Amino acid sequence: MNPTLLQEDRAVHRPLPQPDTISTRARRNRAARHAAGRVLLYLALVTLAAAILLPFVWMLSASLKTDQDVFSVPVRWIPDGFHWNNFTDIWSQIPLLTYVGNSLFLSVVITLLQVLTGSFAAYGFAKVKFPGRDALFLGYIATIAVPWQAYMVPQYILMQKLGLVDTRTSLVLLQAFGAFGVFLMRQYYLTIPDELGEAARLDGLTEYGIWARVVLPLSKPALAGLALLTFVNTWNDYMGPFIYLTSNDLWTIQIGLKSFVGMYDAQYAMIMAGSVISVVPILVIFLLGQRYFVRGVATSGMK
Amino acid sequence: MTTGTVSSAHRADAAASVAARRRKRRGVLVGWSFVLPNFLGFAAFTLVPLLGALLVSFTDWNSYSPPNWVGLANFRRLWQDDNFHTALANTCWYAAGHIPLTLAASLGLAVLLNQKLRGAGILRTAFFFPYVTSLVAVAVVWNMLFSPDVGPINQLLHGFGVANPPRWTSSTDWAMPALVIASVWRDMGYYMVLYLAGLQAVPAELYEAARVDGAGPWQRFWHITVPALRPTTFFVVVMLTISSFKVFDLVQIMTEGGPGRSTLVLSQLIFREGITRGRFGYASAISLALFLICMVITAIQFQAQRRSER
Repeated sequence: MNPTLLQEDRAVHRPLPQPDTISTRARRNRAARHAAGRVLLYLALVTLAAAILLPFVWMLSASLKTDQDVFSVPVRWIPDGFHWNNFTDIWSQIPLLTYVGNSLFLSVVITLLQVLTGSFAAYGFAKVKFPGRDALFLGYIATIAVPWQAYMVPQYILMQKLGLVDTRTSLVLLQAFGAFGVFLMRQYYLTIPDELGEAARLDGLTEYGIWARVVLPLSKPALAGLALLTFVNTWNDYMGPFIYLTSNDLWTIQIGLKSFVGMYDAQYAMIMAGSVISVVPILVIFLLGQRYFVRGVATSGMK
Repeated sequence: MTTGTVSSAHRADAAASVAARRRKRRGVLVGWSFVLPNFLGFAAFTLVPLLGALLVSFTDWNSYSPPNWVGLANFRRLWQDDNFHTALANTCWYAAGHIPLTLAASLGLAVLLNQKLRGAGILRTAFFFPYVTSLVAVAVVWNMLFSPDVGPINQLLHGFGVANPPRWTSSTDWAMPALVIASVWRDMGYYMVLYLAGLQAVPAELYEAARVDGAGPWQRFWHITVPALRPTTFFVVVMLTISSFKVFDLVQIMTEGGPGRSTLVLSQLIFREGITRGRFGYASAISLALFLICMVITAIQFQAQRRSER
């Protein structure tokens, strides 16, 4: 879209002596400029996308080099030889399998609980009227706006009293009942017309039946969005495991990778291999479900 | 006969009201039964600690001794604590870079992507991807990219003829800009999606009308797009503010608050005081300060949004 194109627009709308010939020329002209604009826009966008993805390309390229070649001058984007051994050696250097297992455990359990309790509670907030409901929901909303750091110390004390510090249970309890999931699902349920519930009620379904048989099947995209966002957030979480998990055999891949960087800070190539390994599961999940990610994020922005 | 109907109507009324009350009571039970499984966890692990933070901040509780009420002592200490001043200043510096740059980048990307383009989905995926990738990997890569002597970024700057490029994460002056660059890169895709959703709601007729009136693309952007996106922008700014003030992961992994204290932020200070050193009371006071800052800024933005709507 450029300014000259718009002047052409105006020319078309102005009454002219020989409208036919001029407007066809203008139209052809406009089409040409339009095409040129498109090409420029595409070029700009593709360049931007490449620039944004460049750190990943560098990561992948470095993960296949030797340590000495990682910082070669000038940057060599395609390695001389592919050193796949970085990807095999790292599994014996650090207990990467344990870390991946722990990350997977936390992500799956927390996602399941969050989606289940979140969507269940959201039905109460969106479709059942009871006194105190709106005040309660306001309480949920208010905590979304409070940074977690504001109450992490009392949370830690609580977990210490319960004897749960340095267990995976602590993280599950802290992260599975977040307000965000309730909020996201409620926003989505509000878009489902009440008439559907009414009809099901006349057919003799209880509220639980309506939730399970009518609302849940209709909210698959939102459920998928919430599940994916929760999974990815838990997989990528650093601060939670950093605070609560001190035993090496409980560490997640994020903590393990960071500690590897601290211990072997000159093994650039293997560090990059570890980084690639930590990103690949997310990449796969993201590519499979990116539609739902985007919709989930967009739903959270609705009023 | 009339009395009969009246009394039966009465009876029906009474029965109906009993039924209504019963239905209402059942509604309460049903409503709570839906909310309860989540609420129990939420109350125990979010609400109670949140209220606890408020109380603990007025005590001298630490991991060695039981709590004593000390009134405002923690806050007076905060006022004089050099570490707190540094962390607060650094956090504000980070926010001052992160909020406007992320806002501009995400809005720009959204407007570019909102043209009806083939392949827009693929581009959107590319722009959004940094947001979902593992933060440690991202931070480690950026650290290497920013490496002062051999990193690709400074090689590029050398290529452009910059004789003494910044020393980024090894310099006290440039560590924060490096963090801001990496964080904008990571977050802009998320806010771009919010803006794309907002742009869907702008009626196309507005643009058509402006075009007929001869408004250029720049004018259309400032006079149609920006005002129409005001609610989205409000939401985005509030989210960005909160996320800037609670920044932790990226800083902890990339610089650990260094060099020196040049990138020490508030949440790191809370972590160090409260969890590493076990000073629960004092750390809660810092938390409360962080919370108040977020609330005040959000309230100001809320007012500004209201005034602009009028």
